[in-house]
Amino acid sequence: MKKEKDYIQDIAEIRSMMERSSKFLSLSGWAGIMAGIYALAGALAAYKIYDFNPGTIGNSINSENSSYPDLYFIVLLALIILILALGTAVYVSYRAANKREEKLWNTTSKRLLMNMTIPLIAGGILILILISKGMIAYVPPISLLFYGLALYSGGNFTYQEVRVMGLVQICLGLISSYFVEYGLIFWALGFGVIHIIYGIYMQYKYEK
Amino acid sequence: MKILIEGLHKAFESRIRLGIMSALAVNDMLDFNSLKEYLDLTDGNLASHLKALEKENFIGVKKSFVGKKPNTKYFMTTEGVQAFDDHLKGLERLIKSQK
Repeated sequence: MKKEKDYIQDIAEIRSMMERSSKFLSLSGWAGIMAGIYALAGALAAYKIYDFNPGTIGNSINSENSSYPDLYFIVLLALIILILALGTAVYVSYRAANKREEKLWNTTSKRLLMNMTIPLIAGGILILILISKGMIAYVPPISLLFYGLALYSGGNFTYQEVRVMGLVQICLGLISSYFVEYGLIFWALGFGVIHIIYGIYMQYKYEK
Repeated sequence: MKILIEGLHKAFESRIRLGIMSALAVNDMLDFNSLKEYLDLTDGNLASHLKALEKENFIGVKKSFVGKKPNTKYFMTTEGVQAFDDHLKGLERLIKSQK
């Protein structure tokens, strides 16, 4: 016959197993903080070095000489930021998983990734189409919007805070699609500031 | 004492079996390796607990192939869902009655 303490332990075990087997929890706030810093640095570089403002380009899509000489550099810069952010996220998660004695590539991480990948690929293709049509002004809002959708759908399979961040990004994306001339600022706000706030909050809440 | 243990199933006395049921309660299906990772068990140990649950008709097995590798997936039967639910309610009653 078990004692009362054992039953309480049973319930704790049930809870922990349900959470561990349905959610990917090897995330770290550092991934968010670093991604935010890369994004801010990238946005600043685009603005300072190339004097890049997607809003003004979008306004001149009809004129033939609107081709932007530095567009390739901007795309390259964006890709570098993306790779750095993803690389950091994978590395930080790998360390977090090791600490929890879990594998990085398991059922929950696969599910999280699958649910994020579909909105991200749809958004990515749309962005490529927009660039090819010269509608650069809509790239920042669309990237925020689809990134937010990806976070929202992936948030079911990890910490709830990710869903909240998704909603915030969706709102920012929608607002910035109205105020396209401030695209770069909204982009820096969403991918930079929001990531950093999220990262600090997660670090503060889950790591003592 | 009899009232206290109402609904508590003997098959769930083992924490490992309780763990298997908990994992299957929140996942439609799980393969052997995922369960092994969550519970941190050896193949033989996990297999014997799964067999026991299968015998009680609480879990079902679905065998398939991924390429040439056999892939065994486990899921909860309606009977298993009912028993697990009763067990949880039993635990709840037990703890409430002792407060």
